[in-house]
Amino acid sequence: MSVNPYVLPVRHVNFMGYTLYSILPKPSFITSTITSINTMKQDISKLLQKKKKQILEDWMNLQLADVGLREDLMSNEELREQSNELLDTLLKVITEKNISDFNSDDFIPVYEILSGISLSRAKQGFSPRETGVFVFGLKDAILKTLQMDLKEDPHVVMEAVVTMNKLLDNMGIITFETFIKGREEVILRQTDEIAEISTPVNRVWEGILALPIIGTLDSARTQVVMENLLQQIVETGSTIAILDISGVPAVDSLVAQHIIKTVAATRLMGAECIISGIRPEIAQTIVHLGIDLSNIVTKATLASALKYAFNMLKLEVRKQQIQKEKIG
Amino acid sequence: MDRIPILRMGKFLLVTIQVDLYDRLATNLEADLVQMVNKTGARGVLIDISALSIVDSFMGRILGNIGSMARIMDAETVVVGMQPAVAITLVELGLELKGVHTALNVEKGMELLHTKLNSDEEVEETEADADNTE
Repeated sequence: MSVNPYVLPVRHVNFMGYTLYSILPKPSFITSTITSINTMKQDISKLLQKKKKQILEDWMNLQLADVGLREDLMSNEELREQSNELLDTLLKVITEKNISDFNSDDFIPVYEILSGISLSRAKQGFSPRETGVFVFGLKDAILKTLQMDLKEDPHVVMEAVVTMNKLLDNMGIITFETFIKGREEVILRQTDEIAEISTPVNRVWEGILALPIIGTLDSARTQVVMENLLQQIVETGSTIAILDISGVPAVDSLVAQHIIKTVAATRLMGAECIISGIRPEIAQTIVHLGIDLSNIVTKATLASALKYAFNMLKLEVRKQQIQKEKIG
Repeated sequence: MDRIPILRMGKFLLVTIQVDLYDRLATNLEADLVQMVNKTGARGVLIDISALSIVDSFMGRILGNIGSMARIMDAETVVVGMQPAVAITLVELGLELKGVHTALNVEKGMELLHTKLNSDEEVEETEADADNTE
């Protein structure tokens, strides 16, 4: 008699000339665990959908109880609407299959809503903590529901908690990614605005332009300054430009190079460039760096630069003299 | 062969570059201009490059060369009407056109040439006076 051990769960052992057959018990506990997980998973998504109202209430309560609640930035109704929208979408797309796979495409709408909320919060001025409380509050609410409803089976609770934790932690990560992206957008916009507003070219007199530079000069900004200045020289037909750098906090060799370039470009255009407002510490740095500014006209203040410009244009500013004798 | 016209205005020569200046044209201009300075005894050269929107290092060098050559032949060179983009390019290329005067437009360039010429004449006159008194 031949026994196929692959077909029957039978072990045959030769023992002192006897062959012992023993039928192994079916490993029923494994399959039962698998089915229980499957049903549990189904349970989670169905259960959550059933308990939606409860979860939303818990979540809202958690958010309202938090010390970081910002009623000044967002009304409670708005908050409830936002929370409801997110929970609604999440519970709509959640199924037993995708619950353990947070990279699933099914979750894209959820992540989109989450990103939208996070972005708008970043722009409204919410702190990272306040935004975090929003998402992790949902986690707490969901986990609480799971514990309440599945408490008779600790193993299932454990399994469900781990799955939901993964999903909601991923939502938290996405929230923070977009939150930071939102903040970066704000910073970029402000940088652009600063670059735009801080390089005005003023016409102080017929033929004289003044360019007060405030803030650090870098390559990009010098380029803007240079272009603005040269454009204005062409437009106004000015022959003298005064570059006032009293608002520049520090000068290094690169910045000095940029200034020298600007002066050279103005000269090529046929205008003269005067630099004013060099502060003592900047003068020190320039000399220590060994930068040669000797062929550039430098003046201490904007006033003296203007005076020099008047001299070059053969203009004179005089105090009005009232001749009392004549009037009398 | 294409040439850029060189106009004579009294003691000055006037060159307006209205076309894209390619290398051959630029070298021709350089040679012609030096010839003209020699022939007319001009005291100043005014080059209008307001129509020039693109410049390369070769062009920058030619402009500088014209300035230096004219200087040796006792004529001042004024380049007028340089576009901002051209000025920035030249500065980035490290060409500062030393020995060439610049002005915003033809009018201001002419003014500049006149003042240069007048001051030169004054110096000559005072020198002549000094010689006479001796």
